[in-house]
Amino acid sequence: MDWLYVLMPIAGVEIFWPGLIILGIGVGIIGGFFGMGGAWMVTPGLNILGFPMAFAIGTDIAHMAGKSLIATMRHGKFGNVDYKLGFIMLFGTIAGFELGAQMVMWLERMGNVEVVVRYLYLFLLTGIAWLVFADVAKKKRRERELMLSGQDEDEATGIEWHKTFHKIKIPPMVHFKEAGITCSAWLPIFVSLLTGWLAGILGIGGGLIRMPSLIYLIGCPTHVAVGTDLFEVMISGLYGAATYTFKGRTELVAAIIMLVGASIGAQVGTVATKYIKGYGIRVVFGYAVIGCAISIVLKLLAKGFPAYAPILDGTATTLILGLVFGMSAYIFIKMLKGAKAEIAAKKQTTH
Amino acid sequence: MGFFCWPGLVWASGEKVDAIVIVADTRHLSGLMAWWGNLYNESHVYFMLLTIVLIPLIGVAFGLIADLIMGHMGIDLESRELAEH
Repeated sequence: MDWLYVLMPIAGVEIFWPGLIILGIGVGIIGGFFGMGGAWMVTPGLNILGFPMAFAIGTDIAHMAGKSLIATMRHGKFGNVDYKLGFIMLFGTIAGFELGAQMVMWLERMGNVEVVVRYLYLFLLTGIAWLVFADVAKKKRRERELMLSGQDEDEATGIEWHKTFHKIKIPPMVHFKEAGITCSAWLPIFVSLLTGWLAGILGIGGGLIRMPSLIYLIGCPTHVAVGTDLFEVMISGLYGAATYTFKGRTELVAAIIMLVGASIGAQVGTVATKYIKGYGIRVVFGYAVIGCAISIVLKLLAKGFPAYAPILDGTATTLILGLVFGMSAYIFIKMLKGAKAEIAAKKQTTH
Repeated sequence: MGFFCWPGLVWASGEKVDAIVIVADTRHLSGLMAWWGNLYNESHVYFMLLTIVLIPLIGVAFGLIADLIMGHMGIDLESRELAEH
């Protein structure tokens, strides 16, 4: 069974390569579907495979750059990428990220920052999960009201904070064609600075924060938020891959093996968005955020109760990997069902 | 643009990371893997350039293979009909 293990030339360890491909496929499907890099899912997976953690972040970012590129190209064909919005947000994201990362190093010099960062992450995830499900609940309530009054249920909307922000008319005012919104250019710049800053402090790529920000603060439709977020992830991924590799922290062989699965998975996840309505994507995203929050709680408990740390850490890892498997399987099945219906409808049309 | 041209200026990658130098042990490597490890040891700049060329190429290559398979199945890969609600 030696052929199932490949020697990593830089890290000097042997890794079970089918595990890397499977992890890549799962994270690729989820990334293409939600528009995020998925570092919070990859790190526990790499940990389980015995991958040296010194290379985990750089390797993850490198593979993420490749999968995000192909997923962005596919989302672009679907009309899901607002490049103008993406470019405007890019500078805010990079500047915000550097600011956040510098702040972390400053806090590190002052004392123990790890627990503070985890609590901030947990607070943020709880807020995002609440936002998503409050939005869905409000929409369902409006649907019931419209149905009872004999009006079209499709007119129902949920949380619309972006409408308040769109009223701020500080020039220059910009129209974003794919997103279908007109707002002050300062709105996406400010939002990207904020999400970049949070990502920098938390040490994450930012897709988990940026996607709901695009929906609820800027007002993008869900599919456009997914595609535009992937565009940002692609740019920041390439930039991150360059910097981490320059510092010798990327195991390129592992990144390539993961990318083989991830690029295929990303296409599956992207195509699956064709068959699921925007609110369907939001609900599944909400569950993903809850799963991530629970794993953070378990890790915090492991810090607080060192005697139980192996069980708690193991449970957190199992939860994340179970979530990756469950969600990617769900999205894959939805894609297959949707594709089957599409092909059947096409055959009926031709006959 | 400076950020893209001069990654070494990215301070946020971590001061602590700078303090540790990792060297690949190429004694047990041969062929392509040995060349790979030696390139890493000799020049992180060239290794970085290799990374940012290979990663997009491989991502696009395998993504296009997936596209070919899905296109052959009859899935429309050019448009999306379903909307927000």
